Amino acid sequence: MSFIIQTINGLSLAALLFLLSAGFTLTFGLMRVVNLAHGALYLIGGYVGLSVVWTTDNFWLGIVAGGFFVVVLAALIDRFLIRPTGENHLAQVLLTVGVAIVIADIALAIWGGDNLRVPTPEMLRGPIFLPGDIIYPRYRFVLILFGLAAAVIMWVLYRRTQIGAIVRAGVDDREMASALGININLLFALVFAVGAFLAGVAGVVGGAFLTLYPGVEWEILILALVVVIVGGLGSLEGAIVGSVIVGLIDAYGRWLMPEMSYFVIFAPMAVLLLVRPTGIFGQEH
Amino acid sequence: MAQAEALLTVRDIHTYYGDSYVLQGLSLALREGQIVAILGRNGMGKTTLIRSVAGLTPPRSGDILLRGEPITGARSYDIARRGVGLVPQGRRIFTSLTVRENLLLPASVLAGGRRGGPDEGPPEWDLDEVLDQFPQLKARINNLGGALSGGEQQMLAIGRALMRNPDLILMDEPSEGLSPRLVEQVGDIMTTLKKRNHAILLVEQNIGMALAIADYVYVLSVGKFVFEGPPSELTANAEVIDRHLGVTGSEQVA
Repeated sequence: MSFIIQTINGLSLAALLFLLSAGFTLTFGLMRVVNLAHGALYLIGGYVGLSVVWTTDNFWLGIVAGGFFVVVLAALIDRFLIRPTGENHLAQVLLTVGVAIVIADIALAIWGGDNLRVPTPEMLRGPIFLPGDIIYPRYRFVLILFGLAAAVIMWVLYRRTQIGAIVRAGVDDREMASALGININLLFALVFAVGAFLAGVAGVVGGAFLTLYPGVEWEILILALVVVIVGGLGSLEGAIVGSVIVGLIDAYGRWLMPEMSYFVIFAPMAVLLLVRPTGIFGQEH
Repeated sequence: MAQAEALLTVRDIHTYYGDSYVLQGLSLALREGQIVAILGRNGMGKTTLIRSVAGLTPPRSGDILLRGEPITGARSYDIARRGVGLVPQGRRIFTSLTVRENLLLPASVLAGGRRGGPDEGPPEWDLDEVLDQFPQLKARINNLGGALSGGEQQMLAIGRALMRNPDLILMDEPSEGLSPRLVEQVGDIMTTLKKRNHAILLVEQNIGMALAIADYVYVLSVGKFVFEGPPSELTANAEVIDRHLGVTGSEQVA
C-alpha cells in the first residue's frame, strides 16, 4: 500500500521535474548554454502566478500568467545577458548563477521569506479514491496527468513536426543547420521561450504542493540537473525517462531512508555516469 | 566587364582559423553554370576556403561577392538564403532526422521557405525531383540519416543542398570515402547540375574526377593559389602536379 502511494508521489514529482528539465535540456542541446537560472525562473514564475491567483482567484490564470511572465523575463535575460557571452560557457554558468541570485533576492523583497502555497481551486482539492482503497490527494494525482499530457505534447512536437525536426537538427549540428538557411538565433530564442514557459508553469503548479520559499529554486534545480544528466543532456526522451527515475528514487528514498535522501539520488547517478557517461539517451558532443 | 558577370567573386581574402593564418590572400571568380575545382594537398586551406564563402569562418579581410553584392561577414543562414548551398566535408547529415526530414529542412519556414527558381531555365528542385535524381534515397525515405551508408549519406547531403535551389553549390570532398562506382555517380550528378545551370565550387582530393568535370582549376598550397587555368593546362604542367598535388597513396592524375 505504502509502495503504491510512494510510487504515485514519485510520479507527481516526476511530472513537475519534466516541466523543468525539458526546457533546460533542449536549451543545452541546442546552444550548449547551461542556464543555472532555470530554478529561479521556476521560483519567480510561481510567485507571479501566486499573486495572480490571490488577485483574481483564478488558478488557471495564475498558471498562464506565471508562464508568460517568465517567457518575457527569459527573453530579456537571453538577449541582453546570455547572448553577449557568445560561446564562453564558464561565463554563462557564472552569469546565470548571478541572475538566479538577483531574481531570488528580488522575490524575497516582494514576497518575503515564508512558505507560501499557491491556492488550488475547489475542483482540485480533497482526496481522490483510487482502486484498491487508496486515498490520495486529488491535486497531486491530476498533476501526474498534467505532466503526462505535457510530455506527450512535447514529444509529438519534437519527433513528429517540422519545427521539432529543425530543433533536432540544431541539436545534431547547429553549424550545418545554419549553413542550410536555418536562423539558428531565432530557433534558439523559440526553444528558450518554450523552456521558460514550462519552468514558469512548473513554479505555479509546484508551488501548490511543494510551496514557494527562498531556496526552493536551488533544490528544484539540483533535481532537474540530475534528471538531465541521468537522461542525457540535450535529449527530450532523456528528460522524460530521467524525470520518472529521479521522481521515483526521491519518493522511495524519502520513505525508506529519509535521512539519506540526497545520497539516494546522487549515488545511482554516479554509478550510471560510470557506465554511461553521456546519460541514458545522451550523445557525444 | 567580366567582373560583373561573375556569380561568385572572391577578392584577396585572408582567413584565420584561431591563431593560424590559413588563407593568405585568395582571389577567384566563378560564373553561372561553371564548375571550378580547388585542388591541393591536405591542410592547405581548401576546406577553410569553402567555410569562408559559406560564412562559417568569415575572412578577416578581403571581399566575397555574390552577384556583385558583398556577403563577407554575413551570417551563414543569410548566405544560404541568398542562394549558396553547402555539401560539407564528412557530409554532416543530421543523424537523428529521417531522410525526408533532412531533405525538407532547408525548405522549412525557419529556413526562410523555399527559394523560387529563376523565371526561365530548368524547373526548381523539390522533394519529388530530388528523389528522382537520387533513387537510392527514395527507398530509405523514412530511415534515420544515421542509418544510411556513406554513399547514401553523400547523395542525401547533395539532395539536401539542392532543396533550396542554390545558384552556387559548395562541395567539399564529395568523393571522400566512396567506392569508384559511387564516385562516378557523384561526377555524373555534378555534370547534371551544371547542365541545370548550377555553379559548383568543388574541393577534391580525387584529382582525376575533378579534372574530368571542372571548367577551371585552382591549385592551393599553404594558403595561396600556385596555379590557375583550365584542366588541360594543369595536366600538361608536370611541375605543379609534382610539387603541389604530390600524389600520395592511391590518388592518381588521370
